Amino acid sequence: MANASDMATAAPARQAARQLNQRTLAPWLFLAPGMFMFALYVLWPIAQSITLSFYDWDGLYNQDGAFTGTFVGMGNYAELMADPAFETSLWNNLKWLILYMAALPIGLLIAIFLNQTVRGIRLYKSLFFFPFVISQVVVGLMFAWFYAPNFGLFYLLTEWMTGKGTAVLADPDLVTYGIIAAGLWPQVAYVMILYLTGLNNVAPDQIEAARLDGAKGWRMLWYVVLPQLRPATFIAVIVTVIGALRSFDLVSIMTKGGPFGESRVLSYYMFEKALGEYGFRMGYGAAIAVVLFAIMMIFISGFIWKMWRDETER
Amino acid sequence: MFPRPIQQSGTAVQWLYSIALPIALLLWLFPLLGVALTSLRPASDLAQGNYFGMPSGIAWENYVFIFTETPIGRYMLNSLWVTIPTVIGAVSLSLMTGFALAVYGFRANMVVFFMFVAGNFVPFQILMVPVRDMTLQLGMYDTWYGLALFHIAFQTGFCTLFMRNFIKALPFELIEAARVEGVAEWRIFWFIVLPLMRPAIAALSVLVFTFIWNDFFWATVLTQGVDSQPITAGLSSLNGQWIAQWHLVSAGSILAALPPVVMFFMMQKHFIAGLTLGAVK
Amino acid sequence: MVHRKTGALALMAALLMSTSAIAQDKRVVTWNADYDPIPLAAAEAMIADFEAANPEIDVQITNFDHEAYKNAIRNFLTADPPDLANWYAANRMRPFVEAGLFADISDLWASEGLTDALASSLPSMTIDGKQWGIPYTYYQWGIYFNRDAYAAAGIEAPGEAGVTWEQFLANCETFKAAGIDCLTTSSLEQWPVAGVFDYLSLRTNGYQFHSDLAAGKISWTSPEARAVFAEFAKLQPYVSEGHAAIKWQDAAALLVQGKAAHFVMGNFAVGVFKEGGMTNDNLGFMVFPEITAGVARAEEAPTDTTHLTSGAKNPDDAKKFLAYMASAEAQTKWNAAVGQLPTNKNASVDAADPFLSAGFEALSTATGGIAQFWDRDADAEYAKAGMDAFQQFLVQPDQLEAILERLEQTRLRLYPQ
Repeated sequence: MANASDMATAAPARQAARQLNQRTLAPWLFLAPGMFMFALYVLWPIAQSITLSFYDWDGLYNQDGAFTGTFVGMGNYAELMADPAFETSLWNNLKWLILYMAALPIGLLIAIFLNQTVRGIRLYKSLFFFPFVISQVVVGLMFAWFYAPNFGLFYLLTEWMTGKGTAVLADPDLVTYGIIAAGLWPQVAYVMILYLTGLNNVAPDQIEAARLDGAKGWRMLWYVVLPQLRPATFIAVIVTVIGALRSFDLVSIMTKGGPFGESRVLSYYMFEKALGEYGFRMGYGAAIAVVLFAIMMIFISGFIWKMWRDETER
Repeated sequence: MFPRPIQQSGTAVQWLYSIALPIALLLWLFPLLGVALTSLRPASDLAQGNYFGMPSGIAWENYVFIFTETPIGRYMLNSLWVTIPTVIGAVSLSLMTGFALAVYGFRANMVVFFMFVAGNFVPFQILMVPVRDMTLQLGMYDTWYGLALFHIAFQTGFCTLFMRNFIKALPFELIEAARVEGVAEWRIFWFIVLPLMRPAIAALSVLVFTFIWNDFFWATVLTQGVDSQPITAGLSSLNGQWIAQWHLVSAGSILAALPPVVMFFMMQKHFIAGLTLGAVK
Repeated sequence: MVHRKTGALALMAALLMSTSAIAQDKRVVTWNADYDPIPLAAAEAMIADFEAANPEIDVQITNFDHEAYKNAIRNFLTADPPDLANWYAANRMRPFVEAGLFADISDLWASEGLTDALASSLPSMTIDGKQWGIPYTYYQWGIYFNRDAYAAAGIEAPGEAGVTWEQFLANCETFKAAGIDCLTTSSLEQWPVAGVFDYLSLRTNGYQFHSDLAAGKISWTSPEARAVFAEFAKLQPYVSEGHAAIKWQDAAALLVQGKAAHFVMGNFAVGVFKEGGMTNDNLGFMVFPEITAGVARAEEAPTDTTHLTSGAKNPDDAKKFLAYMASAEAQTKWNAAVGQLPTNKNASVDAADPFLSAGFEALSTATGGIAQFWDRDADAEYAKAGMDAFQQFLVQPDQLEAILERLEQTRLRLYPQ
């Protein structure tokens, strides 16, 4: 930029002034439509949701179109603290977060397995990536079929091994793990493609040098390759955390939070409370959303902090 | 290269690898293959409990049935009606925001940029009630444009991040040279930067297409009924009506999965370039 | 869809009006409904009959998908109210009554003598001493059973009088030994289980207790509530496994195939049983057995209703139509077409349909009272908590104490003492 302004002063003064003026105004004109939409549909609703979480509102307006909610202060949050369904959802979210992290090593493993240059390997890589391209609704239906009692393949497998079939989605202790397994399938594919790209860019000279030093296998992976994969790992962690906390589709498709709410997660429980058949407690739903938002914010701030650092160091 | 190229290993290992590859792929895609096969299984097979054995025939009529007897074609059209305007809208908006944030060094630059990035990560639930309410108030509930407008706004976050980084990597000298010539800023955008953005536009288009096609949450929140529901929500409600008819559920699933898969294969390079942005330095 | 649909409707209405304006000026009544194809056809026939008698009125129905309607009604009642809207009785209509979106039609009930003709539905249509809609149909719940399954297990099928509770449980034991599920149900959708619980509660402690329980007036840890769960525990071992993973139609298939003997269901399920291949010969119906001797028999019969909205543009003609819907003549015809029961006591049912006749008989002799159904008698949130609990008890009966404790907590929160 310093360079640019140097050159600008070399031009006639009037033109320079006009250009500068244009250059302070231009970014805001370019930003205006995007920022307007983003503010209207993202920033403003966040503020509204936070406000709404202090109200009790069933989503109805009266005949004159007036808001019918009543202010309850921290009432919704106090209720959350004592709500066993909220507690279950929170624990399940934690299970999702932790187990979803398995996508990293598995994805890396598959990436290493596929990082060869044999005939047709490109097609293999694409096909391995497939699950990520498919809608989670479809993934959920596939796994529901896989787990289905009496004829589902997984059920038959357990029946064959233990003599008694397990209907995963009907079992309160297994149901969350069953859904997480379904979610891992596309997630692993995503992580795999990140690592494949990363592996492609690992500096070959360093690998060769390490090889001459006698490093191989796990040691090579741990000390030479992984450090170079750090950017890929960073992105993989971000998308996996976000994916785990956003897990709504699979729960909705596979179990609707059941049996008796054992597979609920915050994102689904919020929907259930706000828009479900027995819900329409908008304020309470908003309070759940605020908690989920706060949890997400911890991670978001971490990412932003790291990205900010990288940006300003550049 | 890591791991060591297989060509440097013995023939036995190479053999093993070439056998392991297809087996691993089969295992990996097993759920997909199972569903694809079931979608072509005659209903009579399922009724007789023949879920996994040899099918008694190939039943294309399953597909004919869901197209003629269910509104699945309508759902897919609805999806297109939401997806295509979203792709156009989000890409256009983010070209401008990305340009602004990459080229101009104004004071609030970083704050605006990180606002877009952070907004991209927020949970949908915190937006749900107000966005639904606003869409209702504007009379856009259960319309393709009500859904598309939200998607455009939300996707602008991710797209801005992408575009901004892409423009940053362009040679800045081009812009400086133009400025010395006295070219107006919007002309720089239109005639100098835009022509260089083709790969970014292609990458974002396929990505946004896939994201929006696969969206289920907002489809449930902002639409209902056959007239405007996209395929994801439509498939979910059809699944509620199809009782123990897994051949139909499977056929519907395959159809819903098809467009993004086709898109992916056609634009593979761009798709992966978009997804792995930032995975390498 | 509300807006698009009303847009299209307005256009259609304009077209209709412009054509009919040539013939004569018709006054329009708009009606939003949530019918499946068969009831829709019946409703259209009812409109045709009404219009024949009132040629100056034009009733226009806008039909919604059943599930979508539950959402849509919340929007259109405020944004763009029709004159009439379908809904359900009891607590399910309370939010709309309290938000002032349904209109009070007590005057219609009085002037048409409905308090007498629709007496059985009067309590469920009354809030704050006023009536808020017209009940035009209901259907009985009870036990549907497979006679072939009885034959397979070597048990004599129940006759007209049904069986005693002890006999029922003893039969269950025999069924179990024969490898047949005594009772099938689905708790994937939780409401079928609520039907079972409702009957256990009604039979153990009677209608008033059950009604109070649903209203949050009774402690879940009371001996009476425990007694209901004690009966539930006797039934629990005989319920199909995997009920938490199947839809009710899948459970119906188990009954049809003879893999299960009984299903506690509403009469609408008969269509599904018959589609699966059952006939009047092997499909049986009986009322739920008596549990506590001497408790007056109460039955479940969820009522469907139509309401005048507060924003109605043509309330006078809409009321005329409602009066017609309440009449014995209209109800007889509508319900005959749909296979449900009229709420007007002067209406009649098809004697050739054994399930309708049995239901009509069961309901008209239910001296204990008519319950609506768990999720209509109880407030939405309370109902959901209850259904979670019933489902959990069916899966984990050993968790009874925790389940009751949690329910009681919910009750105390929703209904502070």
